[in-house]
Amino acid sequence: MMSNDKVLVQVRNLSVNYHTRLGPVSAVNDVSFDIYRGEILGLVGESGCGKSTLGKALMRMIMPPAKISSGAIIFDGEDVMKFDQKRLRDFRGRRISMIFQDPMTSLNPVQRVDEHLIEAIQVHEPKTVLENAQERVRTLIGRLGIQERRLRDYPHQLSGGMRQRVMIGLGLILNADLIIADEATTSLDVIVEAKLVDQLREIREEFGLAILVITHNIALVAEIADRIAVMYAGQIVELGDITNIFDNPLHPYTIGLLSSVPSIKLDDHEELYKMSGEPPNLTHPPSGCRFHPRCPEAMPLCSRFCPNMEEVVPGRWVHCWLYQDHPQKERSTIKVKA
Amino acid sequence: MSEQISINKNENLVEITHLKKWFPVQQNFLDQILAGHVDFVRAVDDVSFTIKRGEAFGLAGESGSGKTTIGRLAIGLEKPTAGKVMFDGIDLSSLESEELRKLRRRMQVIFQDPMASLNPRMCLGDSIAHGLKIHYPEKIAEHRDITLSIMEKVGLTPPHFFFTKYPHQISGGQRQRVVIARALITNPDLILADEPIAMADVSVRALLLDLMVQLKNELNLTYLFITHDLATAKYICDRIGILYLGRLAEMGDLREVYGHALHPYTQALMAAVPVPNPHERRTQVMPAGEIPNPINPPSGCRFHPRCPVAQEICSKDEPELRALRPGHWVACHYAEKFL
Ligand SMILES: Nc1ncnc2c1ncn2[C@@H]1O[C@H](COP(=O)(O)OP(=O)(O)OP(=O)(O)O)[C@@H](O)[C@H]1O
Ligand SMILES: Nc1ncnc2c1ncn2[C@@H]1O[C@H](COP(=O)(O)OP(=O)(O)OP(=O)(O)O)[C@@H](O)[C@H]1O
Ligand SMILES: [Mg+2]
Ligand SMILES: [Mg+2]
Repeated sequence: MMSNDKVLVQVRNLSVNYHTRLGPVSAVNDVSFDIYRGEILGLVGESGCGKSTLGKALMRMIMPPAKISSGAIIFDGEDVMKFDQKRLRDFRGRRISMIFQDPMTSLNPVQRVDEHLIEAIQVHEPKTVLENAQERVRTLIGRLGIQERRLRDYPHQLSGGMRQRVMIGLGLILNADLIIADEATTSLDVIVEAKLVDQLREIREEFGLAILVITHNIALVAEIADRIAVMYAGQIVELGDITNIFDNPLHPYTIGLLSSVPSIKLDDHEELYKMSGEPPNLTHPPSGCRFHPRCPEAMPLCSRFCPNMEEVVPGRWVHCWLYQDHPQKERSTIKVKA
Repeated sequence: MSEQISINKNENLVEITHLKKWFPVQQNFLDQILAGHVDFVRAVDDVSFTIKRGEAFGLAGESGSGKTTIGRLAIGLEKPTAGKVMFDGIDLSSLESEELRKLRRRMQVIFQDPMASLNPRMCLGDSIAHGLKIHYPEKIAEHRDITLSIMEKVGLTPPHFFFTKYPHQISGGQRQRVVIARALITNPDLILADEPIAMADVSVRALLLDLMVQLKNELNLTYLFITHDLATAKYICDRIGILYLGRLAEMGDLREVYGHALHPYTQALMAAVPVPNPHERRTQVMPAGEIPNPINPPSGCRFHPRCPVAQEICSKDEPELRALRPGHWVACHYAEKFL
C-alpha cells in the first residue's frame, strides 16, 4: 500500500445520478480509487461510460438535476463534500483545474490571454500586486512555449493547440495540485496532440502536480500515463500500473478492449479483437456486473451480484468475480501472481 | 472479346489527374476592392492518383488537408477548378447532370456521423431502400426483399425487426450499419467512406472495420477510404496517400509507406501516432509549428518551414511526386536520404 502522504485524492464509493425524463441515469456507480501526488493517471472507457461525470464530480461540478448521491471525496485530507460554496470556489481555482476538449467553452471570448491569467491570480490571491502577477504570467507563458506577443491575443486568434496550452497555464499559474484533462487533446491533430502530450509530461516533472487524463484513446494513455483506470458503464473495472495492465490485463473487458485497439506498427496484431455487443444504456444498466451481457467469461452469479473492487495484488484492483470468492460461485477463484 | 478488352482497359476504376479545387475566401466587397483581388483557399492543389478496381485506397492527413474535398470531387459532388476525374473511363466533367445522376448509382458515400445522415422520421427500411426508389423505380415490387437481404448482410438481424425501427431506437453501431446498407443497396462499384467509423467506440469499431473488409471482398467493392487515423487505415487500406495542405506528400502500398516512410512529414505523422504499448513510448521530437494557412501556403515545398532536413531549394522549388521504390512515390527533394 501507498503511504498516505503520497495520496492526493481519495474517492470512496462515489455514485452520481442524472435525473431524466426516462428515469435516473446511473452514470457513476460506487466508484473508489486514489490519485497519487505527481502521477499521471489515465481514465479510459467508451463513450457514455461516465468519465466526464466522474471528472466533474471530483470538482463537485455536478449540477441539478444531476446529483452526487453518495460517497466521499477526500482531497489532501479534506472532505470536499463538506465544502461550502466559498470554499468550493477557492478549491476549484487553486487546488484543482479542468481542461476540456473544447477550450472555447472555458475561455472568455472578449478577454485577452494575459487578462485570463492575471484575473486567475487576482481572484485567488487578491494581495498580489499587478506587476508581480504580470511577471508570473510572462515566466509561465515562456515555460509553456507560448510567445510573449500571444499574450495580447484573444482566444479565437489562437490555434487549437495554443488554446489548450493557455488552459494548462490557467491550472499552473496558481500551482494547482491536480489538473483534470478531459479529452483535452481529442480534437487536435496528431502532431499537435503529441506535442501537448510532451508538454504535459514535462509539466508533471517540473511542477510535480498530478494529472488525470480522461480519454477514450487507449493508445494515448499507454503513451503518457503511470497508472490506468478502465471504466465501463459507470464503474471502474480495473486499476493499476500501466505496464502491468497492458502486459497482463485481468478483467475480461480490459482484455477485450486492449486487443481491439488498432496499432500503427506493421508487426503488431493484424486482426483486431471483435467484442460482441455495445455498451449499455445507463438508464437501465444490466444487473450484477454491468459487463456480464458482453462477457465471454460470464458465470451465473455475474448477472445477480455485483463484484467488489478488490486489490488482487498490491497496487492492482479488479472488479470481477473471476478473482474473488462467493458461496454461489461454481468455478475456482483465479489467484493472481504479483 | 470486346467486353474483355473494355474490362482490361479500365483496370483503374478512378483516375485523378492534376486535380485542383480552390475555394474563394468569403470577403466583404470593400475588402475585395481594397485588396484588388480575391483570395483562394487551395483546398486541393494538383493531386493525381488512381484507384484500381477492387482496391481500398486510403487518403490520410491532418484536418484541413483536403481529404473530404478530394472525395467529393472524386464522385462528382463538387466541380474541380482544374484537372480531371475519370470514373471507369468516363470523364465526369463531360457528363450532363442527368448522366451524372445515373452514374451515382455506381458510387455511394458513407459519412462519419450516421445520426446526421439519416432522416429521423424515416424508418430504417425506407432509409435503406431510398437508393432503389431513385435508381430502380421500375423494380418497386422487389425493393423490400432486396432491402431485407442487404440488412441481413450488414448484420442488422433479424432484418424484419430492424426494418420498421427508427434511428433513435437503435445503437450507434447499428446506425452505422444502416448507413453502410444504404450505400450498398444500389450495388455500387465505388464506396467513398469519409471517416466512416471515427464516431464509433473502440469495442464497436473492430466489428465495423471487419464488416467493411468482408463486404469489399464479397461484393468486389472499391473503396476510397478517408481517415485522419493512420492506425485504423492499416486494417483496411491496400494503398495510401498522405496529404499535406492540399498536396500528396507521399503515396504507395500501405506496407511500403508505413514500413519505409520517405517524406519527413509522413515520418513525423507516423511517429506522432501513439502506440498502444507502454513499452514503446515515443522519443522523437515533433516538428515545430502547426499547419500553415492554406490561403497562402509556404513557397516551394509546403512542409519546408517545419521540416527538419529542409535546405534552401525547399523554399523555392515545389517537389513533384516521384517513384523512389517500387509502388512508392514521394514529393521531397531529399527523400533519397531515407532510402
Ligand atoms: N446532462 C445530462 N443529463 C442526462 N444524462 C446525462 C447527462 N450528461 C451525461 N449523461 C449520461 O451519463 C452517462 C455518462 O456520461 P459522461 O458524459 O460522463 O460519459 P463519458 O464517459 O464522458 O462519455 P464521452 O466519452 O462521450 O465523453 C451517459 O450515459 C450519458 O448519457
Ligand atoms: N465549401 C468550402 N468553401 C470554402 N472553403 C472550403 C470549403 N470546403 C473546404 N474548404 C477548405 O478547404 C480545406 C480543405 O478542407 P477539407 O474539408 O477537404 O479537409 P479535410 O482533410 O477533410 O479535413 P477534416 O479532417 O477536418 O475533415 C480547408 O482549409 C477548408 O476550410
Ligand atoms: Mg466525456
Ligand atoms: Mg473531412
